[in-house]
Amino acid sequence: MTAVTTTIPATSPPREAASGLIWLFRDTWTEASRHLRATLRNPDLLVFATIQPIMFVVLFVYVFGGAVSVPGYDSYEQFVVPGIFAQTIVFGSVYTALGIAEDMSKGFIDRLRSLPLYQPAVLIGRTFSDLLRNVFTFFVMLIVGFAVGFRLLGGIPKAILATLLLLAFAWAFSWIQAYIGLSVNSVEAANSAGFIWMFPLTFISSAFVSTETMPDWLATIANINPFTIVTNATRALYSGNDPGNDVYWSLLWAAGITIVFSMLSFRKFNSASN
Amino acid sequence: MSAVEAVGLQKRFGDTQALCGVDFEIPRATVLGVLGPNGAGKTTAVRILTTLLKPDAGRAIIDGIDVVAEPRKVRSRIGLTGQYAAVDERLTGYENLELVGRLFHLPTKEAKSRAKDLLERFDLVDAGDKYAKNYSGGMRRRLDIAMSLIARPSVLFLDEPTTGLDPHSRNAMWELIEGLVADGMTTLLTTQYLEEAEVLANDIVVIDHGTVIEHGTPAELKARSGGERIEITVGESAELEKVPGVLSHLVRDGAQPWIDVETLTVCLPVADSVGIVPASVRALDDAGVVVRDVVVRKPTLDDVFLDLTGHTASEESDTDDGSDGTDDSKDRKHRKDRTDRGDAANEPVSAGKELS
Repeated sequence: MTAVTTTIPATSPPREAASGLIWLFRDTWTEASRHLRATLRNPDLLVFATIQPIMFVVLFVYVFGGAVSVPGYDSYEQFVVPGIFAQTIVFGSVYTALGIAEDMSKGFIDRLRSLPLYQPAVLIGRTFSDLLRNVFTFFVMLIVGFAVGFRLLGGIPKAILATLLLLAFAWAFSWIQAYIGLSVNSVEAANSAGFIWMFPLTFISSAFVSTETMPDWLATIANINPFTIVTNATRALYSGNDPGNDVYWSLLWAAGITIVFSMLSFRKFNSASN
Repeated sequence: MSAVEAVGLQKRFGDTQALCGVDFEIPRATVLGVLGPNGAGKTTAVRILTTLLKPDAGRAIIDGIDVVAEPRKVRSRIGLTGQYAAVDERLTGYENLELVGRLFHLPTKEAKSRAKDLLERFDLVDAGDKYAKNYSGGMRRRLDIAMSLIARPSVLFLDEPTTGLDPHSRNAMWELIEGLVADGMTTLLTTQYLEEAEVLANDIVVIDHGTVIEHGTPAELKARSGGERIEITVGESAELEKVPGVLSHLVRDGAQPWIDVETLTVCLPVADSVGIVPASVRALDDAGVVVRDVVVRKPTLDDVFLDLTGHTASEESDTDDGSDGTDDSKDRKHRKDRTDRGDAANEPVSAGKELS
């Protein structure tokens, strides 16, 4: 560095901080596009985001498909594919924790907190970009699902409703992960803390097998698991069965998780330090 | 009206009082150097002034605006470069600048043109389209400071801007900061390097354990620490202890010798430097002490620090999150025997740049 010219313009007259909802949207989009741009540039990440769902669909359908029969469903594909949808997008939420922990450890969260942007935009932008990534993952899984025999037996409108329900859940879980990312003090810790609880959450559920096959005590837990409720709701909608109240219950769960964990995350963010 | 006013700032983390009532102000277009060892509370003070942390007590005012009452107004007037080079490694240098410009709510066109200008001013044009993850440490810091300047802040906060840089990058960074200062940027600079504060700051506050222990211009601080020093380098470590006794008649009253066992050097504040070299050599020779080198020098800020705190700025190595403050050993031996002094700027004997 030899030729540093050290003139900078004189201090401009102080500008008042911008205000208005419009800035919240703009700041959110600025932050979301920061992550999306970075994601598109990271081929490893995209390949992984594509391969993982393919792998899960193929593994479950062909490894367990012959051994498992489920009451009320002609084929295991039709039963398990919605479960894999749900599991994969919930697992995808861990990227939120990783990304935030990374920004924290690099001091970037401090930088953002010292800027006059609308502060909630940092977390909303992050979770929104992860939601878009999940939309991509979902369509990859859908195509693979079709290839192994999964069909939208309930018709397109119900399939859209089921998909929106899944994405609402994905967003809700991103907020849990945001809180984890803000609470831990390293990317490694975010990785463990983000993943570990999702295994019992998704496996002690109706995602892969009917809960009737489980021991009573486990079935009880599985049946009150919100992950079971959302899986049952989407599975029924995709297959044209009656979801009963599961759609409402899963919407309530998604809204409740989102509200509680976004509030916790905003609070944490305002006192965040690395 | 001062650009920055800190009045009685207090902050406690758990059991540790990180700041115990810190006061200072920064007149417009001047540089305040906040000097102190790791854990002294420098970063805590910066975090309060930049709205990242709320003080338990006291007030922090930027451009007449209270940081607690109107944080967002304050944020639009400040630039912060923290201890980490806070750049998004996944983006290019240009994109990082543009991003911050957008988040400052500059018009898109303006954000783009300022980003380009800053790349030029900070000698990053060639690297502008490269991802920041491929930047060297010095380039990252430059990009980081450029990001802090994109909205033309009225106060710039530089928290240890040269920590971790190699000597070449450090000098380049000093040049860069001197340029900003010449243009009238009001700046708060924290540093552990005394030489850095000497070179860059108009005023200095020395912080130790969350308290301002000294305040003044670099020249005043040096004047307060008394006259010149003589440094004697001996042949063997066994002879180190003898030197203060042999030369006690030359030492300024009440002054403490400082022995550096590693370089076999004894530093003595002297009453009068005229004829001191032959007199001390003669006395040591008579006492059978082998003298390898004798240097007379003016006091540096490291001497000031030693006088004020009983340790040099490099002698505490806790993290600077305010977690220090509980185990002040009040070590008054004035003995510097740590082995991890890898850094030239920490050397008390380094000549440094003298202020004219």
